[in-house]
Amino acid sequence: MTSYLIRRLGIGVITLLLITFLVYGLVRNIPGTPFTSDMAQMNPSKMMSPEAVEKLNRLYGLDKPWYQAYFYWMSNVVRGDFGVSYSRNNKPVGTLILERMPATLLLSSTSLVLAYLLSVPIGLWSSARADSVSERSVSTLLYMLYSLPAFVAALYLQLLFYVKLDWLPLYGMTSDDYATLSTSGKAWDLLKHATLPVICFTYGSLAFYSRFIRANMQEVLRQDYIRTARAKGVAPRTIIWKHAFRNTLIPFVTLVGLSLPGLFSGAVILEQIFSWPGMGRLYFESIGQRDYNVIMGLTLMFSMLTLAGQLLADILYAVVDPRVTYN
Amino acid sequence: MSTAVIDVNDLKTYFHTEEGVVRAVDGVSFRIEPGRTLGIVGESGSGKSVTSLSIMRLLASSAQIESGRIALLRRDLVRLPEPEMRSIRGKEISMIFQEPMTSLNPVFTVGDQVMEAILLHQKVTKAEARQRTIELFKEVGIPNPEQRVDSYPHQMSGGQKQRVMIAMALSCNPKLLIADEPTTALDVTIQAQILDILRKLRDERGMAILFITHDLGVIAEIADDVLVMYRGEEVEYGPVLEIFANPKHPYTKGLLACRPRLDTPYRLLPTVDDFMTVRVVEGRLEITEKQLDAMRLNELKTHGRGRLLHPLSELAAMGHAVAPIAPGSARGSATMPSTVDPTQRNPPAEPGATKDVQYIPEGTKPLLSVENLEVHFPVRRGLLARTVDHIRAVDGISFKVYRGQTLGLVGESGCGKTTAGRATLRLVEPTGGRVWLDGVDVASLGSADLRQMRRRMQIIFQDPYGSLNPRMTVEAAVTEPMVIQGIGAGRQDRRDRAAALLEEVGLQTVHLRRYPHEFSGGQRQRICIARAIAVEPEFLICDESVSALDVSVQAQVLNLLKRLQETRGLTYIFISHDLSVVKFMADMMAVMNAGKIIEFGPSEAIYRDPREEYTRKLISATPNDDLDHIRQVVAQRERTWVSRK
Repeated sequence: MTSYLIRRLGIGVITLLLITFLVYGLVRNIPGTPFTSDMAQMNPSKMMSPEAVEKLNRLYGLDKPWYQAYFYWMSNVVRGDFGVSYSRNNKPVGTLILERMPATLLLSSTSLVLAYLLSVPIGLWSSARADSVSERSVSTLLYMLYSLPAFVAALYLQLLFYVKLDWLPLYGMTSDDYATLSTSGKAWDLLKHATLPVICFTYGSLAFYSRFIRANMQEVLRQDYIRTARAKGVAPRTIIWKHAFRNTLIPFVTLVGLSLPGLFSGAVILEQIFSWPGMGRLYFESIGQRDYNVIMGLTLMFSMLTLAGQLLADILYAVVDPRVTYN
Repeated sequence: MSTAVIDVNDLKTYFHTEEGVVRAVDGVSFRIEPGRTLGIVGESGSGKSVTSLSIMRLLASSAQIESGRIALLRRDLVRLPEPEMRSIRGKEISMIFQEPMTSLNPVFTVGDQVMEAILLHQKVTKAEARQRTIELFKEVGIPNPEQRVDSYPHQMSGGQKQRVMIAMALSCNPKLLIADEPTTALDVTIQAQILDILRKLRDERGMAILFITHDLGVIAEIADDVLVMYRGEEVEYGPVLEIFANPKHPYTKGLLACRPRLDTPYRLLPTVDDFMTVRVVEGRLEITEKQLDAMRLNELKTHGRGRLLHPLSELAAMGHAVAPIAPGSARGSATMPSTVDPTQRNPPAEPGATKDVQYIPEGTKPLLSVENLEVHFPVRRGLLARTVDHIRAVDGISFKVYRGQTLGLVGESGCGKTTAGRATLRLVEPTGGRVWLDGVDVASLGSADLRQMRRRMQIIFQDPYGSLNPRMTVEAAVTEPMVIQGIGAGRQDRRDRAAALLEEVGLQTVHLRRYPHEFSGGQRQRICIARAIAVEPEFLICDESVSALDVSVQAQVLNLLKRLQETRGLTYIFISHDLSVVKFMADMMAVMNAGKIIEFGPSEAIYRDPREEYTRKLISATPNDDLDHIRQVVAQRERTWVSRK
């Protein structure tokens, strides 16, 4: 197990180097630099003189070819220095990400937990009630939800709950008077703001997971060992919960790792729609502003989380399946 | 009046499918008394498994017990509410299945799975259930039961898992044990052990066994009474000796005759079709008996050549010197050693003469010569995945096959016979040794030359379901190798050839456009044979090619292979775990164990006079349905029966 972990971590480091190298190359080759992209769009008269741009480029090391600059960036990262944001008053990237992280985690972890907690009972219920009318309607509904893009749903939900009903706020994470509210008032305010984004985050994966569980349960329930259990006199409920579900869990945990990247890419779009001050929105804005250091810092973090998720999935795999050992 | 444990009366179980009603079980009646064993024998689709699942009420939702009575100790099971039925399953009636590999839940320890059954039906604590499980493991012969209860299924062999299944089934002292093909997936030596355990436990506990199998040999070993099923119907029911000594129904006669018994007098096997014709009249089977006339019988016994053995000098070198058999011995073979040109295979002059042997002339070059063939698979461990050991799947085997001969490769699972076959064709890269085909070293060929060589050597696999691409028509499957090898001028020509091939293997031209799923297992295997001979090879490897087939179909395919060998002058390596099939097919036989050939010689001689302990074990473990043997077993049973009473 230890040697397996060491090997996996080694492969992980190489993968990270490769990802950051490619992304750095891509980002640096997008036309425009942090100093030319933004201001010129706003006001042509504020355009900097070529000499000034040149000077800034030299100052920030942007006059070097990108692969050389990548190594500077990388060697700084190794020392724990992620650089500063060009567009946000030279704020250190690390601080910036840490500021934005809670907002994103609030959305993504809530939706992850919700999706898992809800999909298991739905999946089990629908495999126990397979082909009944109620099961078919739920399955059809889930399938429709699965095919509905989250950003479309977001717009309709905003129309319904803000424009028509005025139950929930349109966007943002807090109200303007947030600072003046009591603790419970703050929590309530946050909850109201988070409801729509969390729904948009969750329903797609919820539909996917419960369909996944149902399909796997159907497969498992056909296995010989289920027949053995029935021949022993085990009750149907125990067969579903104990004998079948443990086996369905095996492919299910590998999904944990694979679903993390989806959460982050979802965050980029949904945080933009809901003006949610998280890392996804920061990512989106930084790309527009060619804020190289911020883009790279976030890329590094997302890739690390993705790889960690996959490693976690593989370890969990060995935990739930006694046939799997790593050596 | 009735002491029967189970009394089944006119059971009818039908499947309601979209194509209509399938009468899976159509009027079956039997009863089993305590301590007795009823064997239900039949081929796939005969309804034998559905019968057992009807008793357990574990039928698929599309199946329904239409009528009839199933009485367990006079209690009707057919109309029993499901919760009550659950308390009977595993307690009064328990069941073991064909596939020990998949019948245990992979994520729970075997001990837990046995304990679950005990805890369900008995009022005991967990610790007591565990203790009981350990005792049961001892009883069914699992070594180190204290440790083994905490093993997971994948950590045990197939035979061990079947013992666990038996332990589970017996955990609550059932009145009736249903064993559905419990030994079919196991090696013969393991099968013999499992049968021993079942017999012992039955006699100790006085429980009734319903034993379901397709294998008449196994039936002869264990059953007191036999029920023969054919397409859902009960065709014959009687005491085991009566069925074997004096079968009345033509189907039973056919089934008994079509097995290649170890001492079969036939060169071609009779098939069920020789004994009866079946017509479906208004959804009912109508079976008419045919007499196997003397002409046909004679043809079966004399058609084709006898054994074609290695040159005498080589046999002598192996220690199988000239005619070690007394002429005219009951299972005998050689009369006078005669050196005959193998290409000239005359039918025996005298009709009824079955005992002729030909020898390859001295100095003939073998078609295939394998020298020290090795296939070692590396075992990798550690941080850098270094090779720490090797699995010696094939560990230095050598043999020769002469043109027109059949070499049988026999051994139990894991002995390396399949790997040896594949390495010979370089479907697996050998790690050492040489393979010469007609003087060319196959191992040294580059990919283009190897592709050329593939034309000369082909293989037929075990599983006719997995070895045909379901998305390819028969025509595509059979013509593809021709395209690869550049045989035939254009599409139409290849299609004509494919049609001719299908006729040759006993199918029809109209089958060309069909897809594999439209065929039965036997027909698919015929398609695979047609595909293999499409490139006109000289040399064919049949890797367990009949193992997945029903006995009556197996007989047809074996006959086909024999006929093709004659008409096309083919050379075979026939790989099988089934000693009797290998002995029926092969001239020379190699017995493999743990990657090595442990015994090599003429198959008659090896069967008659095995030198190695392992070979002897293999032969004695093969189920015996000799009438004398059955008589002995029955007499023995009667004695214990009387003494019990």
